[in-house]
Amino acid sequence: MNISQTFSIAVQSLRNNKLRTGLTILGVVVGIFSIIVIMTIITMLQKSIEEGLSQLNKYTFQIQKNDPTFGGGPRFRETRPDIKIEEAYRLKELLTNAKYVAAEQWQFGIVVKYGNKETNPNIQVAGITADAIKTNNWNIEYGREIRETDVQYSANVCLIGKDIVDKLFPNINPVGQTIRVGGRPLQVIGVIEAQPALFGQSRDNYIVLPITTWQSMYGKYGRSVNITVMSYGKEDYNDVIEAATGYMRIIRKLSPGEPDNFYIYSNESMISQVNDITGPIKIGALAVSIIALIAAGVGIMNIMLVSVTERTREIGIRKALGARKTWILTQFLIEAVVLCFIGGIIGILLGLGIGNFAGSFLNAQTAIPVDWVIIGITLCVLIGVIFGTYPAYKAANLDPIEALRYE
Amino acid sequence: MNIINIEHITKIYKVGLEEVHALRDVSLRIDKNEYVAIMGPSGSGKSTLMNMLGCLDTPTSGKYEFKGVSVSEMTDNELAKIRNKEIGFVFQTFNLLARSDAVHNVELPLIYAGIPTAERRERAIQALIDVGLKDRLHHKPNELSGGQRQRVAIARALVTNPSIILADEPTGNLDSKTGEEIMGLFHEIHEKGNTIILVTHEEYIAEHAARIVRLKDGLIESDERVERRYIPKIKTTVAQ
Ligand SMILES: Nc1ncnc2c1ncn2[C@@H]1O[C@H](COP(=O)(O)OP(=O)(O)O)[C@@H](O)[C@H]1O
Ligand SMILES: [Mg+2]
Repeated sequence: MNISQTFSIAVQSLRNNKLRTGLTILGVVVGIFSIIVIMTIITMLQKSIEEGLSQLNKYTFQIQKNDPTFGGGPRFRETRPDIKIEEAYRLKELLTNAKYVAAEQWQFGIVVKYGNKETNPNIQVAGITADAIKTNNWNIEYGREIRETDVQYSANVCLIGKDIVDKLFPNINPVGQTIRVGGRPLQVIGVIEAQPALFGQSRDNYIVLPITTWQSMYGKYGRSVNITVMSYGKEDYNDVIEAATGYMRIIRKLSPGEPDNFYIYSNESMISQVNDITGPIKIGALAVSIIALIAAGVGIMNIMLVSVTERTREIGIRKALGARKTWILTQFLIEAVVLCFIGGIIGILLGLGIGNFAGSFLNAQTAIPVDWVIIGITLCVLIGVIFGTYPAYKAANLDPIEALRYE
Repeated sequence: MNIINIEHITKIYKVGLEEVHALRDVSLRIDKNEYVAIMGPSGSGKSTLMNMLGCLDTPTSGKYEFKGVSVSEMTDNELAKIRNKEIGFVFQTFNLLARSDAVHNVELPLIYAGIPTAERRERAIQALIDVGLKDRLHHKPNELSGGQRQRVAIARALVTNPSIILADEPTGNLDSKTGEEIMGLFHEIHEKGNTIILVTHEEYIAEHAARIVRLKDGLIESDERVERRYIPKIKTTVAQ
């Protein structure tokens, strides 16, 4: 009598009672399914965000007045001075190891008109210095770029994104035409190449003006500009961040002990922020799933106990025919573990399938959270052992005569 | 050579505060190739004695030697091994695994004996052929008649070539005609050299045995060798 024979006995008796087997499995399926589906969706989102970030604005970072994300210093929101265009130009002078230093400001939800056509009020209007075309990775498809002289003279010119071309200029060349934004005439000088969609969102419904023109339309005071910096490559990225921080402190005349009154916003800081949110969600999901699995385990124990009672006679027969205690114990333990394992596999497959299906509606990339699949299977086996032990022990210690007499 | 030697065996069951003396003072020797019937009214201790002989239970006091080895000092595992290798049980209620077919039922003791799959399959099928169930190998108990079920149980008892067959009222759940057929099968098994102990409370069944032990209130009332007054016809359905 060896373990593989015990195993085949266990599998045989699971097969013999499919309804009982199915019901027992169900509890585990639910427990594992919930953990895997949540982890799959989180993993998908994380993967998409990280890839999206790395494809967007390589080697760039932003300097903003405030930390725009969760937990970022609202305490300073009132007291921090706005970042001005002049500071951006000053930084550009000082930060000689950066490739580009630009300033930009954004206004959202704007209507753009051309003749008697107009867009929905969902256009983004950017005001920029010339370098921002580089830091944003914009390519001019035709026409010309915004130049420093346009900025200097607050020229009434603009670049337009592909969505605007589609909407307002379906049949004619927009370059040289005049559009109106909030009553202000702006001459289209160029069209920006379509950008790959990010998270399924088009990124082409925007127009770009010289930052000075933008400020005369939307206000110069009470609005902080964002400074965007691009390093030459990955290697000097962190050095440039460090240098930029130092120069900004000089520009803003901060004395050595004072904290920064600006915030540096890099891809790394964003990814770590994503992790800051997903971390607690994962722990929460794990806790919920463990509770669900313990509930499933109690269910399994319950059904196993009923099954031990139901099968009292069978156990008596097996003992009369020479089964040792340990073999009966192992048989019932294997049954419990196999049940949990099968339930776990089904739960994992369902979780991966439905997780990826649901995640695809969030435009996230498909993913398999391998670590959680392993954790899930381990949990299942553990639950099987923990909650199978008592019924198995009970079965093994039945008195053979009592068991044989059981009706 | 005697297979079973019990001396001054007692068995006391405690039910609440009350003590039930199922066996008071029983001594018995049974030799190889004997055919013994144990008789007595209901509650006289027949089953208790059988369970003791079959190593399913241990006596409260007294000595039990199986093939010269003291059973009362055996561990659980040693008892399981004796049951597996030395004893073949046949029960009144058949005690087959309801959801398994005839072959798997007969295989069961061989699995616990650690016999490899191919060999145990072959032996199980042969044992079923020997009891005349060649055409019922893959029937489950509920697809078999009472007599056929008892044949499966007998095949299961024989398949390990045990030293002794213990049958506790094997015909108790069968009609008299089927009962006779089963007794015919026991007769054949005995002829082949097996040792059989049979519990019954019916005289016409006990008549098949060569020795009758009568129990009453946990004591042996009589133990006598008898002329076998009835030898059943060998049925054609039984092994050729
Ligand atoms: N497990 C038990 N617990 C208590 N009393 C028992 C038990 N088994 C048997 N007895 C009692 O022991 C006596 C003998 O029982 P048993 O050997 O089954 O008799 P028989 O098989 O001759 O009808 C009976 O009085 C019965 O009630
Ligand atoms: Mg009885």
